[in-house]
Amino acid sequence: MIQSSRDHYADIRLFSGRGSWLKLALLLVVLVSLPLVLPGYRVFTLNYMAVFVIVGLGMNVLVGDTGQISLGHAGFLAIGAYTTVLLMTRLGMPFPFALPIAGCVSALFGFLLGLPALRLAGPYLAIATLGFGLAITQIIAHSALFGGHMGLVVPDATLGPFSLSGDVSKYYLIVGVAVVLALGVRNLSVTRVGRAFRAIRDNEIAAATMGVDVAYYKTLSFAVSAALTGVAGGLLALMTGFISPGVFTFTLSLMFLAMVVFGGLGSIPGAILGSIVMGYLNLEMDAFQELPVLGRALEDFSERFMSTVGLPNFGWVVTGMLIVFTILLEPQGLYGLWIRALKAIKRSKSADANSSLPGPGAN
Amino acid sequence: MLLQVLASGLSAGSIYALMALALVITYKTTEVPNFAQGDMAMVSAFIAYMFLTDFQTGFIVAFGAALVFAFLLGVGFEGLVLRRMRNPTHLNLIIMTLGFTLALFGLAGWKWGADQRRFPFPVSASEVVRLGGVSVSTLSVATILIAAVLMVVVFAFFRFTKLGIAMQATQQDPIAARINGVPTRAVVGLTFGISSVIGSVAALLTAPLITLDPTLMWDALLKGFAAAVLGGLNTPVGAVLGGYLLGVIENLFGAYVSVEFKSVVAFLIIVIVLWFRPSGLFGRHHERKV
Repeated sequence: MIQSSRDHYADIRLFSGRGSWLKLALLLVVLVSLPLVLPGYRVFTLNYMAVFVIVGLGMNVLVGDTGQISLGHAGFLAIGAYTTVLLMTRLGMPFPFALPIAGCVSALFGFLLGLPALRLAGPYLAIATLGFGLAITQIIAHSALFGGHMGLVVPDATLGPFSLSGDVSKYYLIVGVAVVLALGVRNLSVTRVGRAFRAIRDNEIAAATMGVDVAYYKTLSFAVSAALTGVAGGLLALMTGFISPGVFTFTLSLMFLAMVVFGGLGSIPGAILGSIVMGYLNLEMDAFQELPVLGRALEDFSERFMSTVGLPNFGWVVTGMLIVFTILLEPQGLYGLWIRALKAIKRSKSADANSSLPGPGAN
Repeated sequence: MLLQVLASGLSAGSIYALMALALVITYKTTEVPNFAQGDMAMVSAFIAYMFLTDFQTGFIVAFGAALVFAFLLGVGFEGLVLRRMRNPTHLNLIIMTLGFTLALFGLAGWKWGADQRRFPFPVSASEVVRLGGVSVSTLSVATILIAAVLMVVVFAFFRFTKLGIAMQATQQDPIAARINGVPTRAVVGLTFGISSVIGSVAALLTAPLITLDPTLMWDALLKGFAAAVLGGLNTPVGAVLGGYLLGVIENLFGAYVSVEFKSVVAFLIIVIVLWFRPSGLFGRHHERKV
């Protein structure tokens, strides 16, 4: 489905090789030291972005790798969050056990929803997930067990001997989980399963002809994606300390879609980058006026043509426009731009090497 | 009691039927479910609101302006956005409708804020008429009548006018239609325009029933899709019948089972239909095009 006029093997070569371990080590050092250098309130922002990154990884498996679409991932986020909290409060289960179970419960829901929708060709998954996302918040809002509209307070969690009450300790947990899951998703994509996903994305009929069980792998992909999102939900509950149905809206599901589209469908680094951008945007939506230079202009514009109270909604306009322009101009998003840039650099280098005579500097 | 439930089911079903019809005629033409249908209609309702309150016009001018706007929005969305895509795969087309809907939602929220507004309407939702033991609001009666008339007009248009037949031909086989002299590009654009107008009529009838805010049509969008799946995504008549059926089922559920979980019915119906009869109650089995 996602066509690329670029040479696939050349693209892979740009990223693999001996340097990638070094890059990973460098990245880990940066991640570990970030909360030590940043002011405290920024750590909360980082946590929020890391939760979005985990959702982005899940969306990437589903949309980017398998070419299916979900308009209800906020629903899986809700399932993960509520399962985690209820296991902790009702059954007294410790957080480290509740979190993976929440992921499994979310995956189960994904499986049950994907099974009928995915054996059919057509837009049925999109329609079913639209219904799912809207139904979940309705059910939560009207059930006493889930705290209704009022929401639930998340109890303090511990991880073995460590308390998880401060933002910094939450940071190490959430980012740790995100890194492990990112590596897991990366590994999944180069296995038989990952290849089956991409075969379905590129041509469903051809994949079936080659012996890929299309319905099975589509459902598996959906379940994996739901599991990751469920884990993200549990972590979201932990970091915010309070959950209510108002968080898990239809627009949030669309924002989840936007982050993988903007980052670049099928690219893990793209999904991560897109999620970081969208996570930041989502968190800072109430504070557009405080942006340097642009904030003032936005406020003036709002006063004259729109409305100042509605300014937070500007974030949805940005998100929607990012999707529209990404698909219009560069369907492979940030990742596509990155590949283009690398190619341009390469081309100019080889052009230099060809035009100039071999000298001491050239090789 | 039962008649009362049927009446309110019919009234709600009229709106679902309109949404389903709007969704199905573009789906048949492009094989893309237009997820922006609801928010396109919502913005049109806000245009009517703007004319009524800011410009103090009468209802006819305001609603006329909203429908014209809806038509232009539909044609523009198809011509300036969907058709300009570099890589129009099904996935990308769906994503595009979602991006567009989010942008419209944001624009409406930015311009008119998220607070709920009362939408002025010529007939009232609280005034009641009694018809043979059933009391129905005048708004419900108007909704049922307007929707029925509009749908008859649309079906007559498809059946009896040259343009309508050209649209059907384009839906069935765009290439064959073009060979036979149908200007398919213009016809596809027009289909989106008509679909958008039908959707915005649904929005104009929904707004006085509840209040006007940017989430106005979320529910109706889902119900429209549920109705279309129930009746058959490829059959306009089936989708309309699915809309009425959904309205009645939903109100029966609300009356006899639970009011709070009424909104979950649409989702359950989607799942049940997908399990047992994926082509819908009135649809034929849809062959996949290779």
